[in-house]
Amino acid sequence: FCLLQQCLGTHEVSCDLYMVASSTEPQPQAKGEKTPISDTSYVGIDAILEQMRRKAMKQGFEFNVMVVGQSGLGKSTLMNTLFKSKVSRKSVQPNVEERIPKTVEIKSVSHDVEEKGVRMKLTVIDTPGFGDQINNENCWQPIMKFINDQYETYLQEEININRKKRIPDTRVHCCIYFIPPTGHCLRPLDVEFMRHLSKVVNIVPVIAKADTLTLEERDSFKKTIREELRANGIDVYPQKEFDEDAEDRMINDKIREMIPFAVVGSDQEYQVNGKRILGRKTKWGTIEVENIAHCEFAYLRDLLIRTHMQNIKDITCSIHYETYRVRRLNESNILFTSNPPDHPAVQPKANGQPEEQPATPQPNGVAAQHEALSHEM
Amino acid sequence: MASTEIARQAGEGARGVPLSGHVGFDSMPDQLVNKSVNHGFCFNILCVGETGLGKSTLMDTLFNTKFEGEPTQHNQPGVTLKSNTYELQESNVRLKLTVVNTVGFGDQINKEDSYKSIVEFIDAQFEAYLQEELKIKRTLHSYHDTRIHACLYFIAPTGHSLKSLDLVTMKKLDSKVNIIPIIAKSDAISKSELAKFKIKITSELVSNGVQIYQFPTDDESVAEINSTMNSHLPFAVVGSTEEVKIGNKMVKARQYPWGTVQVENETHCDFVKLREMLIRVNMEDLREQTHTRHYELYRRCKLEEMGFKDTDPDSKPFSLQETYEAKRNEFMGELQKKEEEMRQMFVQRVKEKEAELKEAEKELHEKFDRLKKLHQDEKKKLEEKKKSLDDEVNTFKQKKTAAELLQNQAQQAGGSTTLKRDKERKNPPETHLFMMNVVF
Repeated sequence: FCLLQQCLGTHEVSCDLYMVASSTEPQPQAKGEKTPISDTSYVGIDAILEQMRRKAMKQGFEFNVMVVGQSGLGKSTLMNTLFKSKVSRKSVQPNVEERIPKTVEIKSVSHDVEEKGVRMKLTVIDTPGFGDQINNENCWQPIMKFINDQYETYLQEEININRKKRIPDTRVHCCIYFIPPTGHCLRPLDVEFMRHLSKVVNIVPVIAKADTLTLEERDSFKKTIREELRANGIDVYPQKEFDEDAEDRMINDKIREMIPFAVVGSDQEYQVNGKRILGRKTKWGTIEVENIAHCEFAYLRDLLIRTHMQNIKDITCSIHYETYRVRRLNESNILFTSNPPDHPAVQPKANGQPEEQPATPQPNGVAAQHEALSHEM
Repeated sequence: MASTEIARQAGEGARGVPLSGHVGFDSMPDQLVNKSVNHGFCFNILCVGETGLGKSTLMDTLFNTKFEGEPTQHNQPGVTLKSNTYELQESNVRLKLTVVNTVGFGDQINKEDSYKSIVEFIDAQFEAYLQEELKIKRTLHSYHDTRIHACLYFIAPTGHSLKSLDLVTMKKLDSKVNIIPIIAKSDAISKSELAKFKIKITSELVSNGVQIYQFPTDDESVAEINSTMNSHLPFAVVGSTEEVKIGNKMVKARQYPWGTVQVENETHCDFVKLREMLIRVNMEDLREQTHTRHYELYRRCKLEEMGFKDTDPDSKPFSLQETYEAKRNEFMGELQKKEEEMRQMFVQRVKEKEAELKEAEKELHEKFDRLKKLHQDEKKKLEEKKKSLDDEVNTFKQKKTAAELLQNQAQQAGGSTTLKRDKERKNPPETHLFMMNVVF
């Protein structure tokens, strides 16, 4: 059962590399099959999967999702629909007067949810005020700062000497961007936002309130959006460059052909064909949210939760966070040596920073530096 | 751009919310497991024990394969660690197993330093991980983790008690690695002796404060089995890769004239327990303990040793970079100071040497002058002497010519006075000269 290969070199003495042909012992018996030969060939290495599962169940998971879009696009409803409970900010603050804030605010709410023994700490980060002003220049900056702040917090904890066993993860894993269903093309605000943010966070664009588009309109809209994204060099999730192997690429290619998902949200249940389903009831029919013939909500839910949640978190951890970390540590280095930075030699452009960088050294104090850094976008 | 407000309700603690339907995140453990399966696992075991206790055989038996190598000789001058990595696969799980062996442990006459190379090795693995973690551009998720997850300490089956080498070594290792003590070649001990031996070992470990690895009992699904196993430590094992036919099955066993010891028979030895605990139940926990406890301890000590602190006297958090830069500047300052010192010393030495050389030169000059003077004196003297000698020679010549002339005259005058002349020739030449002058 064992494929034995001697691979790496050794600590003291170098070992000859040789291939041992697979031994003649039979395949491990599936559990439950009893054979007269005792399980001499079964070591039990695969029991580690069960051990990992146990550990995961005990520790629980964290997931932080941000919703961005103009007010009135159904963000809160969609969140409630996705997680089948009142997780959105509005549900948490039902008595607050609904007003459009003068500036972009960042409000996050956390919930502990549990399903079949699996516990998850879900954080929904809302961005009221985005895109709602007359002049929306730089309205993505507070969002960018928030995302970078979470990276910073994590980094600070990570470089502590006495650090926590499990560093609390507040990094934004996924940012759902709501595109209004105009049916034409992306607006400049959409392009700007996604261009800046796709370099620091996983963006999942969705067409909001898609029940106003017919299927043909929807398909052409999607095609236009995809082309515009490609033309502007915007890499949304799942990013092509992070596909791990051929299998991954195949699965992700299918997804990439379908994004952005055209979604409809609802937390109202109706009776359709004898079943109670989530939907929107109108005079001309009931739109079933989870029916893929009606809208693509189910695809979004499957992507975000059922199949790719771990992958989304991994990309945030090992790519976006590491990129931030590299940038941050390099900048600290430059600032601490007496040479003023000539030019952003170590800045990968992928971080949404503009090409120019101030030549003057930053003010003292780590906090001040950090603020300055994250404000330079 | 107007300032922004950030409101966080998460700080008050997350609310528990009931779900009205199936969301689907219960697949998260599966997603996590799938990712790990794709990635592969790694597990590193360190076997510490005297030569000949059956370490390699036990590894072969545990993992059901024949690992490398020949039995080592007993004449090693010191303890070295040999590590080999193997890729094993069982169903869909790929395991990168590294087995590290202590070669020559316990063979020396003076074993005082035996534990040192082991501790150094373990620390080196931690250091490698720490270096990778501190890098700017790092690849932690594809890093081959070489930190030791489990240390199997092989106790010789004397039946009496632990050797002092064992106690010392285990004491040095218990804060760095998960130690699982096992009694090797336990078929040499009878059942009653074994029970006493185990009790003695456990009490000695406790009285010496050695912290061995305890199987975790906080998870209900495994708490019971783990706590039972904890009471069976140290495991008395027998290893064998040879198979013997018992009844109608082939089992791994050791055959003696008086009977056969079956490796996987729980009444014969604790091998099954060891395998169960080490691999099937607690492999993940061993890895986790290594990372969250032993590695963190190493990291903390190492960073503090290098002079980093988490907070400064005003209790504002230091950034690692700040401290690092401060240290670097300090170091550069020291270097500069040393350079200065060396330069000073060099200059001084040069001066001294110069002075010495000047002295020597002066002396030489003086000597030269003296010699020259001496030489001149000598020369003068010699010249005087020469002069006086020349004078003498001249006078003599003159006298000689005068004498010859006179002689000729005398010969013309008569020959008798010749003799007289000869005699007179012996007289002071002045008179002769006078006479000659007179004649001419």
